[in-house]
Amino acid sequence: MGDNFNEMLEADGSVRPAYALLHKWLETQTPGDLRAKIREAESIFRRLGITFAVYGTQEASERLIPFDIIPRIFAASEWRRLEAGIAQRVGALNAFIDDVYHRQEIVRAGKVPGDLILQNEAYLPQMAGHSPARNVYSHIIGTDIVRVGANEFYVLEDNCRTPSGVSYMLEDREAMMFLFPDLFAKHRVAPIEHYPELLRQTLDSVAPAQCDGEPTCVVLTPGIYNSAFFEHAFLADEMGIQLVTGDDLFVNDGWLYMRTTQSPVRVDVVYRRVDDDFLDPLTFNPASTLGVPGIFDVYRAGRVTIVNAPGAGIADDKAVYSFMPDIVEFYTGDKPILNNVPTWRCSDSDSLAYVLEHLEELVVKEVHGSGGYGMLVGPTASKKEVAAFRQILKTRPGNYIAQPTLALSSCPTFVKSGVAPRHVDLRPFALTGDRMRITPGGFTRVAMKKGSLVVNSSQGGGTKDTWVLED
Amino acid sequence: MLLGRTAASLFWMARYMERAENMARLIEVSYRISLMPKPFRAHQDDWSSTLKSAHCETTFAEKYDVASQANVIQHLVLDRENPSSIRCCMETARNNGRAVRTALSRDVWESLNATWNELATLRVNQLSSDKLPGFLDWIKQRSMLFRGAMLGTALRQDSFHFCQAGAFVERADNTARILDVKYHILLPRGSGPGSSIDRQQWASLLRSVSAHRAYRWAYRDASYQPWNVAQFLILNPAMPRSLLYCYDWISNKTLAEIEREYDETLPCHETACETTWLLKNANMEKIFQDGLHEFLSDFIARNNRLTSEIASAYNFP
Repeated sequence: MGDNFNEMLEADGSVRPAYALLHKWLETQTPGDLRAKIREAESIFRRLGITFAVYGTQEASERLIPFDIIPRIFAASEWRRLEAGIAQRVGALNAFIDDVYHRQEIVRAGKVPGDLILQNEAYLPQMAGHSPARNVYSHIIGTDIVRVGANEFYVLEDNCRTPSGVSYMLEDREAMMFLFPDLFAKHRVAPIEHYPELLRQTLDSVAPAQCDGEPTCVVLTPGIYNSAFFEHAFLADEMGIQLVTGDDLFVNDGWLYMRTTQSPVRVDVVYRRVDDDFLDPLTFNPASTLGVPGIFDVYRAGRVTIVNAPGAGIADDKAVYSFMPDIVEFYTGDKPILNNVPTWRCSDSDSLAYVLEHLEELVVKEVHGSGGYGMLVGPTASKKEVAAFRQILKTRPGNYIAQPTLALSSCPTFVKSGVAPRHVDLRPFALTGDRMRITPGGFTRVAMKKGSLVVNSSQGGGTKDTWVLED
Repeated sequence: MLLGRTAASLFWMARYMERAENMARLIEVSYRISLMPKPFRAHQDDWSSTLKSAHCETTFAEKYDVASQANVIQHLVLDRENPSSIRCCMETARNNGRAVRTALSRDVWESLNATWNELATLRVNQLSSDKLPGFLDWIKQRSMLFRGAMLGTALRQDSFHFCQAGAFVERADNTARILDVKYHILLPRGSGPGSSIDRQQWASLLRSVSAHRAYRWAYRDASYQPWNVAQFLILNPAMPRSLLYCYDWISNKTLAEIEREYDETLPCHETACETTWLLKNANMEKIFQDGLHEFLSDFIARNNRLTSEIASAYNFP
């Protein structure tokens, strides 16, 4: 991994222009100064309750995501290219979902096999033929992007269902402005604090046609024990709309309402952070207590908008992912700006044979998994882990895809030994409603362990503020 | 607009904070008595009566055989299986607050969350008896900080009034229960001023509602007169933990404000006004004649009824 792209330094050790001021500033800071700032940041986060819950550990308690106080910087020109790539991809994803639930032109054209869609767990037959407001399905998309070279960006994953992390993007920025006002002021950093406003505008813009007057929008959360509850509360608060659980909503006479201390109030737009399966026990998982019985019928009748739409997950399915270059070209008519990682679908026997032979070099992921659980990173795994995974793979090949390990770029990060390069990825957020809105930068995750490529917060990854410089 | 669930969470958040503070005070008093020389520890069952005042005899009996000091303190302070232990009260208050963060000011939320964070660092066996008084003091301070943050920063609207309703319903319940458990020492007897042991009991009773100094200012008698002590805690309109004060506040400030804001009169308003009226028109002589215990039992039942009426009136889940 020695030859990965260093975002601050050129190969000859000179400093890239966007990092010039930061580099100079870092030289004036002692490890003690930085450590004190980190403690200050953590105590602020803890006091405010900016925490996430960790699943699968003995004590399912609330933890802080490690916050790295050295920002990641993009030059304006770098960001313009990225932004164009994201916009292109996000547009194609929404067009694809619309097509999947209508005429399936892309299947007719022979670009994507029909089985891949119709046999896919993420495909919801209940959505077939439904056209939501403005034909937008995935209103909020968080695209996971890694960098391997100066102009080489790869999309690892399109999160089209309920991508999280935006609250960390915003809180990390607040923390940086609070901790390092001087450093911040010296850079011309594109602002991101209006994200909640943009989200609110997006929600308002996709109110159902049958809604008259000012739309009533809500955030639907599974509740306080959900790992991202903080974010749900944060966004509702910032947008000035109600944070509701399934119990607070009910369907009456074909409309959706919320229970208040007075008479019921009609709801027009539901920004849900509850998975499809739990959304409506009458249509989906009957055991769900998190959803609202009957909400799907109201949705199909065009009397409420669900954001993101049920069934949008068909577009971020890891098996569909491998067709993304074709999908982008099919709907936009242009070559994709952002690269796709070559992907082996283990359901295919030739691919499986290749993957089993090259396990040590590959990253193997569950098709429907997320959060870095149940994956194998070949190059860093032990012999024993590889052997164990080989067995799992043979038993359920259809459940996995494999990709080559990419030489992820690194950014200066403050760790125990001082300032050192660590691998990063980026999740920018794109909003689609009456138009597309992309906030500059995004949520940068950093693998705090030396050499590690796993940046997921559930696996000990940290976060960084992401600065996009203005010209 | 306020969700029914939000109103319920605010009500219970404030209620559990109030309960934690009352619990701290109750334990403090029992602990104080346990330090006295033997003759002053009037009854062997001091810790049992503490359990009774805290309304925790049932949960206690499920786990322990003997009402020893160590067991009772463990159960009332740190026991995760006792929903009224200080730890659980703080946790429930904080979880309710967390669920409705958007309805809280930042200061209120931070006061709740900081308490919870600090409490989480406390291990089960860490509370040796020399640490107990400091801990109880800290709990009282945190509760007062919460109350202060609420009074200083909350918008005076329905959400605030639901918090206030929760706090005052809990406080009234607490005062009534403590009186009910200790009523035997308040029963008027023919034999002149009480013994020094009785005095000790009265002083503790007043202490457990933070009122033994206030009592001195309010009543100029050198010794504790049962009539006065009972009157102070039930009918004195200036004593902020008396039943009358609590109900006056609930019916005229809290519920009346919601009634005005929503322009709707519901059974809970009638119940609150009726209870206030009964208290305003009561006198101690009559209460003692009819039986203090009966009076207090009736009050506790009314107070419970008010909670369920508030819950159904405002769509608590």
